Amino acid sequence: MSDSHDNCPIDSAEVIRKYFLEHRAKIIDIAAFLDRVDRADGDGASDYRIQAMREAIRIAGDLQPERARRILELLSDPSVEPIEQAPMKGAMGAHDPESDEGG
Amino acid sequence: MAYIDPHIHMVSRTTDDYRRMALAGCVAITEPAFWAGYDRSSPQGFFDYFRLLTEYEPQRAAQFGIRHHTWLCINPKEAEDPVFAREVIELIPEFLEKPNVLGIGEIGLNKNSRNELEILEAHIDLAAKSGQMILVHTPHLEDKLKGTKLIMDAIESDGRVDPGRVLIDHVEEHTVRPVLDRGFWAGMTLYPDTKCTPQRAADIIEMHGTERLWINSAGDWGPSDPLAVPKCQQELRRRGHSQETIDTISFNNPSRFLGQSDRFSAEPLVPTA
Repeated sequence: MSDSHDNCPIDSAEVIRKYFLEHRAKIIDIAAFLDRVDRADGDGASDYRIQAMREAIRIAGDLQPERARRILELLSDPSVEPIEQAPMKGAMGAHDPESDEGG
Repeated sequence: MAYIDPHIHMVSRTTDDYRRMALAGCVAITEPAFWAGYDRSSPQGFFDYFRLLTEYEPQRAAQFGIRHHTWLCINPKEAEDPVFAREVIELIPEFLEKPNVLGIGEIGLNKNSRNELEILEAHIDLAAKSGQMILVHTPHLEDKLKGTKLIMDAIESDGRVDPGRVLIDHVEEHTVRPVLDRGFWAGMTLYPDTKCTPQRAADIIEMHGTERLWINSAGDWGPSDPLAVPKCQQELRRRGHSQETIDTISFNNPSRFLGQSDRFSAEPLVPTA
């Protein structure tokens, strides 16, 4: 087994130096996407995926650990029982709270 | 550096991809049966697909010195019609005798429906009766957390298949710990948009260690990268991880799990082309 458990071999300054620009670009992309939704006709702000994204952004900005895990759980279907029939083959990326399916 | 891509759908990739993978160090792959992007119109379509996986694709891989292995099933995306699915499952036993077949896969759930679960249980039964290992597909995106739990419950409820002979694939930050804690192997799929990026896979290795964990590209006809495994190796190297860690995650762990079948080999193969 690796001795790397719970450990990144480089320090935080080096993590920031290597990765900051890549993630700076990603957060501006997210902001631009939300601007685009607002500029477009329709009520995009009330879409369950946009609401989930706003909550995910709140988690990403908090000071608690395991933000990635918590955001994935936020976006997940919380039900536990199998659904009666598959409505489609694909997935939407966030759980729709108004969905009739699931337990 | 030699590596194994233990989950890739080469029927959807070009021969040039085989060439590039060999140049990057790929010595062996395993190819689970999957959804082709459309529903087959008859079980005969699966018969032809299983021949492709067991007869033709190993020859194409061997041209570049890559050993090709496969897993057989009907994917959960085509399991909503249980009568059709059971006709396909009846075709599988004769192919289990082929020399490159490692087990049943990639089985699991897609939308977590009752029909999908019924067919998952039928596959588990086939694996148990025939002594096969299992490769599991977990659902996409919002369906993954619930589906992963239902799949593990189904395997444990059956009770005949050792979790150490089951790999649960496509884990992410919210599913990796439960999978490992219940004794299964876990696979991280490296995708550009969904599943794990190479950076996140490296994070998961740092947080959870390398025990019973591997990486794969799951390259197919969608957005995916047949060179994702060497790119993750490069990500680990970029952070200063040891060569031992890189070899463990990309060669030794797949060899250990897959080596439970005496049909698996990652020994050097002289290219046939």
